[in-house]
Amino acid sequence: MLRIDKLMLAAALSCAALAGGARADGTVEVLHWWTSGGEAKAVGELKQAFEAEGGKWIDSPIAGGGGDAAMTALRARVMAGNPPTAVQLKGPGIQEWAEQGALNDVQDVAEVGNWDSVLPPALAKIMKYEGKYVAAPVNIHRVDWIWASPEALKKAGVEAMPTTWEEFNAAADKLQDAGLIALAHGGQPWQDATLFETVVLGIGGADFYRKALVELDDAALRSDTMIASFDQLRKLRSYVDPNFSGRDWNLATGMVMRGEAGFQIMGDWAKGEFLAAGKVPGEDFLCASTPGNGFILNSDSFTFFKVSGEDNLKGQKVLARLIMSPEFQKVFNLAKGSIPARTDVPLDDFDICAKRSHEDLLAAIENDTLVPSMAHEMAVPRSVRGEFLDLVTQFFNSDMSSQDATTRLADAVQRAM
Amino acid sequence: MKERRISGIVQRRGPRHVLMRGLLFAILLLFCAYYLVPLVVMISTSLKSLAEIREGSLLSLPQTLDFSAWTKAWSAACVGVRCDGLAPYVWNSVLMTVPAVAISTFLGALNGYALTKWRFPGADWIFALVLFGAFIPFQVVLLPMARTLGFLGLAGTVPGLILVHSVYGLAFTTLFFRNFFIGVSNGIVQAAMVDGAGFFGIFFRVVLPMSIPAIVVTVIWQFTQIWNDFLFGVAFTIGDSNPVTVALNNVVNTSTGVKQYNVDMAAAIIAGLPTLAVYVIAGAYFVRGLSAGAIKG
Amino acid sequence: MQSGSRLSARLERRLPQLVVSPLFAVSLFFVYGFILWTAYISFTKSGVMPNYTFDGLAQYQRLWNTPRWYVAIRNLFVFTALFISISLAIGILLAVLLDQRVRIEGVIRTIYLYPMALSFIVTGTVWKWILNPGLGIERLVRQAGFENFTFDWLVNPDYAIYTVVMAAVWQSSGYAMALFLAGLRSVDDEVLKAAAIDGAGPWRTYTGIVLPMLRPVFLSTVIILAHLAIKSFDLVIALTGGGPGYATDMPATFMYAFAFQRSELGVAAASATMMLMTVVAIIVPYLYSELRKTAG
Repeated sequence: MLRIDKLMLAAALSCAALAGGARADGTVEVLHWWTSGGEAKAVGELKQAFEAEGGKWIDSPIAGGGGDAAMTALRARVMAGNPPTAVQLKGPGIQEWAEQGALNDVQDVAEVGNWDSVLPPALAKIMKYEGKYVAAPVNIHRVDWIWASPEALKKAGVEAMPTTWEEFNAAADKLQDAGLIALAHGGQPWQDATLFETVVLGIGGADFYRKALVELDDAALRSDTMIASFDQLRKLRSYVDPNFSGRDWNLATGMVMRGEAGFQIMGDWAKGEFLAAGKVPGEDFLCASTPGNGFILNSDSFTFFKVSGEDNLKGQKVLARLIMSPEFQKVFNLAKGSIPARTDVPLDDFDICAKRSHEDLLAAIENDTLVPSMAHEMAVPRSVRGEFLDLVTQFFNSDMSSQDATTRLADAVQRAM
Repeated sequence: MKERRISGIVQRRGPRHVLMRGLLFAILLLFCAYYLVPLVVMISTSLKSLAEIREGSLLSLPQTLDFSAWTKAWSAACVGVRCDGLAPYVWNSVLMTVPAVAISTFLGALNGYALTKWRFPGADWIFALVLFGAFIPFQVVLLPMARTLGFLGLAGTVPGLILVHSVYGLAFTTLFFRNFFIGVSNGIVQAAMVDGAGFFGIFFRVVLPMSIPAIVVTVIWQFTQIWNDFLFGVAFTIGDSNPVTVALNNVVNTSTGVKQYNVDMAAAIIAGLPTLAVYVIAGAYFVRGLSAGAIKG
Repeated sequence: MQSGSRLSARLERRLPQLVVSPLFAVSLFFVYGFILWTAYISFTKSGVMPNYTFDGLAQYQRLWNTPRWYVAIRNLFVFTALFISISLAIGILLAVLLDQRVRIEGVIRTIYLYPMALSFIVTGTVWKWILNPGLGIERLVRQAGFENFTFDWLVNPDYAIYTVVMAAVWQSSGYAMALFLAGLRSVDDEVLKAAAIDGAGPWRTYTGIVLPMLRPVFLSTVIILAHLAIKSFDLVIALTGGGPGYATDMPATFMYAFAFQRSELGVAAASATMMLMTVVAIIVPYLYSELRKTAG
């Protein structure tokens, strides 16, 4: 019985505020889906930092499906009137919840910490609702990476990493001729969409990408450039092995690691997989951006929900400050394989791929070629993203023509808007 | 049910009989293989090292028995920032399952009894109405249920979860008991009535003691359903009070990092052990319990 | 005193109704109330969270314009029909065979039954391996020397739904077996003896006499199997994740995806309403006819 009482107390957060006046620095309950490996370690860093300030951390990890299960729980929690303090929630999803009046802002913390000047403007915009910060970013992931096995490339006689899609196709053909799998890929909708968006960036450039995948411009979605993108995606489909369906991305990374496959197109969380296996970037595996000019941005963030009670509000503010502290951004991203969301954190301890990512990021901000990822919920609402994923995965798993795909995609997007 | 029944079709002696028996066993054993293969794969995988899993074939037996995956799954696998394995969560599941099974079974028995032995106008309609509740997908009720729990002040608590499982178990428990009681002779109830026993008197002293088989069937069913539930567990509990299925999901569904298949499999078997044990131990009563009421349904 | 005892007598007579009324109320609220709520939501603008602004039939239009919904519906019918009929067939076959005085019946029965004890979160991964061409059956058979053997249903959009049926049958057919075995055990010996005296062969004894007597068992079994089929969610998520593409999507997964992944609660509610109406259209006549036959 004692246990039940304890749980109820912990659960009824608003009550906890009354009872917990004794604690120095607040309580947070954090809902996230970082349950394994480097990610769990990274969250552990945040927990430690928070507890070091005397706060109480209640951990609510819910793994699976890129946060689908966690989003289900979140809705139930908000419906029931006991939301968590902070939720691993990103992209336009932040705006959607803010419009429901479900969020608290942490503008005062952001002003003291000068967040505006240290975050890339494109990212800062996503974190704000009506001009106030309601979320804090922990990292920046780059989506448009190619990971390669030097061993496989050597076997197939591929000299350099491809810089155009023609070069990529030529290299992939060579790999296939050498009896290797050209492209390691997992057939899950979000992975298919990851390929798709890197292709759109490569074929159409950053401006076209923004028009089609962010602004959802109908003419852009029906354009010849889009057809050409689907043509290239069809080409990629032919480089994939027959058993790709349903494969987890990390298994595809394993194929590159073992030299069975030449390339994998995947965000830089794949690097964590290589590093965890003790591989050295530049020697055991190669990293390069996918063909084209730009930087597809993916960023994880914690969003602050509308909790009440002094204890919880205090905890929320402390958490916001800690997340954006340069020290935390560094240790977190070393553990997770991404780069800090703050652009002013020195990267001396990071590997060459991360440094490359950072340079490209700064260049992309400069040239205005930084675009948010559609596949990773940074660009469009989840309803529209769902239509993209349905269509792209359908295209990838059938013999739909590029022309058809373009028309159906534009129709589907219109439906969802 | 005690004495061996004369049943079946193959009773004569002779070569044809032997042939038929052989065929019979061949078919039965073939199906045994069909049912057992996944379990064998799970167990053998849980006893292999990761290297062996990667290189070997799926069905090959482990070369050396390596129990480290089991200890890891039980007490050291990481779930979020905690690395205590599944052990703490098993208790949560027990805490939730036992009361929910008891409540829904008792109410099912009471309702089944009232609906069959005290037939009143509209009893069948009520039963049909309740039975339809068995078909409502849980995804549909998630949000209104959350609002209701919040309203009752039970959101995120174990009692809340017990309430949810009891409510949605009622359709099945009522079905099982109704089918059982319909087969029980009305004479027994009438005799007790003549003796002056009332509604509850008959229920507790006459009906309940004779419905052990139905209770076994219902408890097995409810225990399995509630223990294995994931959706309600994930939506209506918080962090440390998660049931074991949510913890299992957190162990197995790692979004990144090396997949430890042996630990996954061991964790899966651990999470399933209580229900497996219930089936194995109560299995004999199961068929007997079902048969007591099955045919008269 | 007299009126008091008459009151208590009246109360006593009403007691069964009183006892059942909470059950009735609970069903009314938690099942029918929630269904009404869902139906209402399907006529609103609800997106990320419920929004009670009326929006007419827009969500239904959107639903019936979504190609994926047609796939989900088709799969539900294909899956439910195959799953129920195969499970029934296997269940009856195994029950009849097990009823032939098999000595190790207890062991075999437990083996047939145990899959029901495990959740698909547990067994989904194993089935994924077994059915995966590169890891499971196909590879094994090829290694055994049959180089051209192909079994790629899991990754083939046209056949993937059948692998879902295979795994579902694996889980539930043993349970159907137990239900039928129990039914067979409660058939009166006299009936069998009479059949034997009449000179009915084994086939005729079962199909003509025994199985028709098991009508109530069919009712329970079909209800249990149908409820599993309609709710099949874990199974699809664990085995195929709805893929390849969305080839194995089912209404339950469709609804879940729209409600919780895609923040389109309205469309999800519309799909749930359509699905419940389908269930009503199929189950209610069945329940009605069966209850009328067996209630007497």
